[in-house]
Amino acid sequence: MIKLQNICKTFDGAGGKVEALKNITLDIGDGEIYGIIGMSGAGKSTLVRCINMLETPTEGEVVIDGVEMSKLTPAELRQKRREITMIFQGFNLLMQRTCLNNVCFPMELAGMKKADAKRRALELLEIVGLPDKAGAYPAQLSGGQQQRVAIARALATDPKVLLCDEATSALDPNTTHQILELIKDINKKTGITVVVITHQMSVVEEICTHVAILDNGVVVEEGAVGAVFASPKSDAAKRLVFPAGEDESVSDPSTEKRLRVIFSGSGAASTPLISTMAIEKGILVNIVSASTRSYAGLTYGSMLLGVPGGDDNYNAAKAYLSGVDNITVEEV
Amino acid sequence: MFDNIFDSQSLAQAWEVFKSEIPFAIWETLYVTVLSTAFAIILGLPLGVLLVAGEKGGVRPLPAWLMKVLNVIINLLRSIPFLILMIMVFPLSRLIVGTTVGTVATIVPLVVAAFPFVARLVEASLREVNPNVIEAAESLGATPFQIITKVMIPESVPSLISNATIAFTTILGYSAMSGIIGGGGLGKIAINYGYYRYKYLIMVIAVILLIIIVQVFQTLGTRLAVKSDKRLKK
Repeated sequence: MIKLQNICKTFDGAGGKVEALKNITLDIGDGEIYGIIGMSGAGKSTLVRCINMLETPTEGEVVIDGVEMSKLTPAELRQKRREITMIFQGFNLLMQRTCLNNVCFPMELAGMKKADAKRRALELLEIVGLPDKAGAYPAQLSGGQQQRVAIARALATDPKVLLCDEATSALDPNTTHQILELIKDINKKTGITVVVITHQMSVVEEICTHVAILDNGVVVEEGAVGAVFASPKSDAAKRLVFPAGEDESVSDPSTEKRLRVIFSGSGAASTPLISTMAIEKGILVNIVSASTRSYAGLTYGSMLLGVPGGDDNYNAAKAYLSGVDNITVEEV
Repeated sequence: MFDNIFDSQSLAQAWEVFKSEIPFAIWETLYVTVLSTAFAIILGLPLGVLLVAGEKGGVRPLPAWLMKVLNVIINLLRSIPFLILMIMVFPLSRLIVGTTVGTVATIVPLVVAAFPFVARLVEASLREVNPNVIEAAESLGATPFQIITKVMIPESVPSLISNATIAFTTILGYSAMSGIIGGGGLGKIAINYGYYRYKYLIMVIAVILLIIIVQVFQTLGTRLAVKSDKRLKK
């Protein structure tokens, strides 16, 4: 559905040229929920704006549904944008219009008849769960409700692609969950392709099928969510999956050496690994932190172990754990 | 100067003027101000829109030299003192209304003085619109014209109303000066009786009436602006 070919974007800033995106190539399939995750300033927002040409890439091609975006005339581009709508972190509703008229807005722009637009808008408000808020103004709604109205507005022109630019970053965890459920639900029902821009791991875990990790304008890792998050390879991915500071404060690294054990698949996750090692090999380890997550139906886990007792113990533990199926061991 | 202001003779004279001339003067002041404000908005609103939409990075960027010319013209017109401007636009008044004196003729200099001011007020109002909302409209396929008419102007209505009120009260003040070129209204009464004929009571009455008009319109404008603002939770 969306093909990005060698996208580069350079801004002329006050302190010289800034390369926001460097040679990005992504292929987003039909009906996927595709996550693009990265820290602040990684270039996520610029990248998503290149998809609907709110930012024109300096180099490279954006092909959506077989159409090359940079070849379109301004009028054709406006037409095409009705198929690639967007929701935002700040909701960006028209504050002087009622919710109903906000949802009518894109249809009004497209020149649809008022009565038809109104009928469709009411249907959409029903879909997003706000049938009773048609006459309310955005300021009278909570953040989550405003985002629901924004979703209804984005769906008004029956788009093929929905771009979500940090759409849940201004919401509390509970509301975030509800909004993500709604997006997932719409994706399931309509088969719309969704691109989710976020800095939150939890968002990608919850709804995405695929993910690209963006760091400093470069895609450092890309693939199915489970595969990428279960064994992050790049530094940027590791920083996201194992946030700094989570482990350090728990035990003293000077008295023991660290090992990270990564499980993939429920078979590995349900093995009493550490106990078995203690009984069979007599190696005692300290579990500094551990977590199990499920991505796209598969279970993944990671454990940070502290191995006291010097290098011999450490190497023995490493050798034992490396021999178990579906488990990878890394020195930390 | 005010020692004989309340003696029976001046009271009687004031009452006479109040009955015979004041009602018409109020009417003249109002219609000159309302018409001048209306024309100033008709010229100033599109100009203000142009200043915001046409700048670099605006919704419909215009050539930089054109923006520069517009800005210079506006600043130039705003720098000329109104008293001088009234005389400078005589040829224009003659062209438009056929004469340079009288109440109707004063509308021309008032509009010329006020429309650049209105353009700046409109510019300030439109700049308050959240740029993210404009981006959202762009992402939904809005044309530059649709962004102006369906987003920028409607979203800044409360601020535009407040600023229209400011324009009205400012033009009311200017209109009082136009007594000098034969324009009618409360300003003329204040100058003719108070300044030329030392009838201070009549001058004070005219000024009080001007104050009341300003108060009434300011209150109405503020109320309307608050009422139209849907961002306030009610």
